[in-house]
Amino acid sequence: MDAIQKSKIELIKAPPGIEGAGFFATSLDKAVGIARSNSLWPLPFATSCCGIEFMATMASTYDLARFGSERLSFSPRQADLLMVMGTIAKKLAPVLLQVYEQMAEPRWVLSMGACASSGGIFDTYSVLQGIDRILPVDVYIPGCPPRPEQVLDGIMQIQKLAQSETIRRRSSPEYSELLNKYGIE
Amino acid sequence: MDNNSLLTIIQDKLTSQFGSDFLSAELVAEYPTFIVKKDSIANVIKFLYDDKELAFQYLTTLAAIHYPDNQGQEFAVMYQLHNLPKNLRIRVKIFFSVNDLAVPSITSIFSGANWMERQEYDFFGIQFIGHPNLKRILNMDDMDYHPMRKEYALEDGTRKDKDDKMFGR
Repeated sequence: MDAIQKSKIELIKAPPGIEGAGFFATSLDKAVGIARSNSLWPLPFATSCCGIEFMATMASTYDLARFGSERLSFSPRQADLLMVMGTIAKKLAPVLLQVYEQMAEPRWVLSMGACASSGGIFDTYSVLQGIDRILPVDVYIPGCPPRPEQVLDGIMQIQKLAQSETIRRRSSPEYSELLNKYGIE
Repeated sequence: MDNNSLLTIIQDKLTSQFGSDFLSAELVAEYPTFIVKKDSIANVIKFLYDDKELAFQYLTTLAAIHYPDNQGQEFAVMYQLHNLPKNLRIRVKIFFSVNDLAVPSITSIFSGANWMERQEYDFFGIQFIGHPNLKRILNMDDMDYHPMRKEYALEDGTRKDKDDKMFGR
């Protein structure tokens, strides 16, 4: 029997709450937060070399499936997380914004690499100098391109945001004010 | 046919056909290059296309160039033509002033010139007369200038975080 090893898989721990015979009570925020953060469906908006690093992140060595994000959604309507990976030309900006607007709440945005975050080396008339000029960004990943470890770290930061977010945040006046700042809705 | 004799043959034909509208011919880096007057460019290219011996029936590329210091001839358009059966290549150039950017379109001769001329309109603001659909092709539609002209900075003008201390501007 010694040959049978204990599984190394770590399951998600239950949130803090009150436990008794036949029941477990916790707040809805925490339960929903755990569910959301461990089944984020990313929409990869990959326009250049950062997208190649993302492929490595999805593949077996780094394996984004360990974080519950293996199901890529190529329809924005079913996606939770918009991953912008690569240079966004000014002509592409309205397309990116339309994709963002088509996503259902709650939605998070991850800006991967120097180009998406700031325009990167492309300080030129044709390139958008950071996607935060047109839509709100939750997490930035630095690097040119970032390594898959950094992408995993970025996804984990998004998971933390999803876990700690109250379910009322998206209907708050502060949130609609944030969107209005970008001219959304 | 070597490039020198090609140069002479085309020079003679263009001189007899177009007279004073044909300006000069020279070999630039082994490449026969002809300069003609702007308003006759479509006729010259049509002639080179139709001529049985020359038959330059493939447009490799066309490009606009901005020479801001060249007073009175600030802009140029260069046409690169190719005779596929004989593998001959030539260039035809026109020079003109920033105050007169109307150039005859060659889209009726080469359909492939359609997007090329749109590109040069987009980046340099050259007006191709007779083009069926002269609008921007690569830049965003609401751009209000022609960015490849050397009077405009390459950098995006909206950046506030780059100063001389950090970036040596």
